[in-house]
Amino acid sequence: MKRILALGAVVLTTAALAWAGADAPPKAGGAPKPAITKAVKGEQCVEDTDYMRRNHMKVLDHHRDQAVIEGIRTKKHSLKECINCHASETTGSVAAAKDDFCVSCHSYAAVKIDCFDCHSTKPQGSAAMHPLNAETAHYKHKLAAQATSRVSAEEMAGVAQ
Amino acid sequence: MNELKPMSEDVPASHERRRFIGAAAATAAGLAIAPGVILVEVAHGRSEDQAASSAVRWGMLVDATKCATGCNDCVTACSTENGWTPVGESAHPKQAPQWIRKLELQDPLTQMETNLPMMCQHCAEPPCVDVCPTGASFKRADGIVLVNRHTCIGCRYCMMACPYKARSLVHESLNDTQKADVPRGIGCVESCTFCVQKVDRGDGNTACAEACTAAGHNALLFGDMNDPESEISRRLRELPTKQVRADLNLNLGVRYHGI
Repeated sequence: MKRILALGAVVLTTAALAWAGADAPPKAGGAPKPAITKAVKGEQCVEDTDYMRRNHMKVLDHHRDQAVIEGIRTKKHSLKECINCHASETTGSVAAAKDDFCVSCHSYAAVKIDCFDCHSTKPQGSAAMHPLNAETAHYKHKLAAQATSRVSAEEMAGVAQ
Repeated sequence: MNELKPMSEDVPASHERRRFIGAAAATAAGLAIAPGVILVEVAHGRSEDQAASSAVRWGMLVDATKCATGCNDCVTACSTENGWTPVGESAHPKQAPQWIRKLELQDPLTQMETNLPMMCQHCAEPPCVDVCPTGASFKRADGIVLVNRHTCIGCRYCMMACPYKARSLVHESLNDTQKADVPRGIGCVESCTFCVQKVDRGDGNTACAEACTAAGHNALLFGDMNDPESEISRRLRELPTKQVRADLNLNLGVRYHGI
């Protein structure tokens, strides 16, 4: 009796699997491809796109060691400049929403980014950052001066239009 | 005799050669001094592709006699520039970062009150660097003591080693509130950086010193202690100054007058 029941269960499972398989065939393309938006600012990246796709982490690592330890703060390979160009128009950030430049590819490749635990994801001077409070209000003029000297999210949106 | 003649001719020749070599050496020395001078000049407003140079040693002179009671401008300026939340606004005041803090001291015998800001003293021989197990705590060539957050594991040995209680740990995620120029984040130790982002930009001043000057107190003076012509070197020559815990022989980058 037990054997018949077991056999029945196996037959039923196989049939169910076959039915499910027929109904939803496995996706040919795998996970959905990342949405890569073109940089809002600038025409061409500092290196070839193909090179950057494979090697941006090496480029950034090399630059960060030079910047932190030796104080060589060139703009060309700095993360700050990446963010200045690639921050999204809608969120003003490279990693706030799942379609933002950095996150989009990284979630596709399932590689965790640690950069933004410490680094700001927004270009300097955007309004969302460091709101003034009563104690810092007298530095308003300083912040305003900073905002004009650096590119802000609003400015970047203006460039795109 | 004939054999001696060339020798006798040789004597003035070698003398001549010696004079020539002497002149050449003098010229070379002149050249060597000129690049040396240029090196010092560049180190102050160095270009962005140039490394920080040990020809410079950044330092600060705190004139406690000018530091005003109740004034907190240096602390506010530091938190604004570097994006840390002051203790008063923090949800967890005991864990709040303090890159710089105001101290009010009173002599128990004479009741004399002294005001001074306390921050990382940027030691030439920093204990925080000695104890760091990963090499994250380091001294830059121009004397600024920093934490490389890429290698910091948040063990807090440096916080315990520091005689000035100058360092803090970031306990909680900052949720993208950092300044673009000042990356800082959870699990890393941090302290005063002498506004390294401003120094590298060529401002040649820190946010706290700027705020103190703007408030009219002029208690903070930032500059290159290696340059004998700089304002800070001149004042250090004139004023009697002290290092806090001078007994530790750490050769501090922050010197106090009037304590």
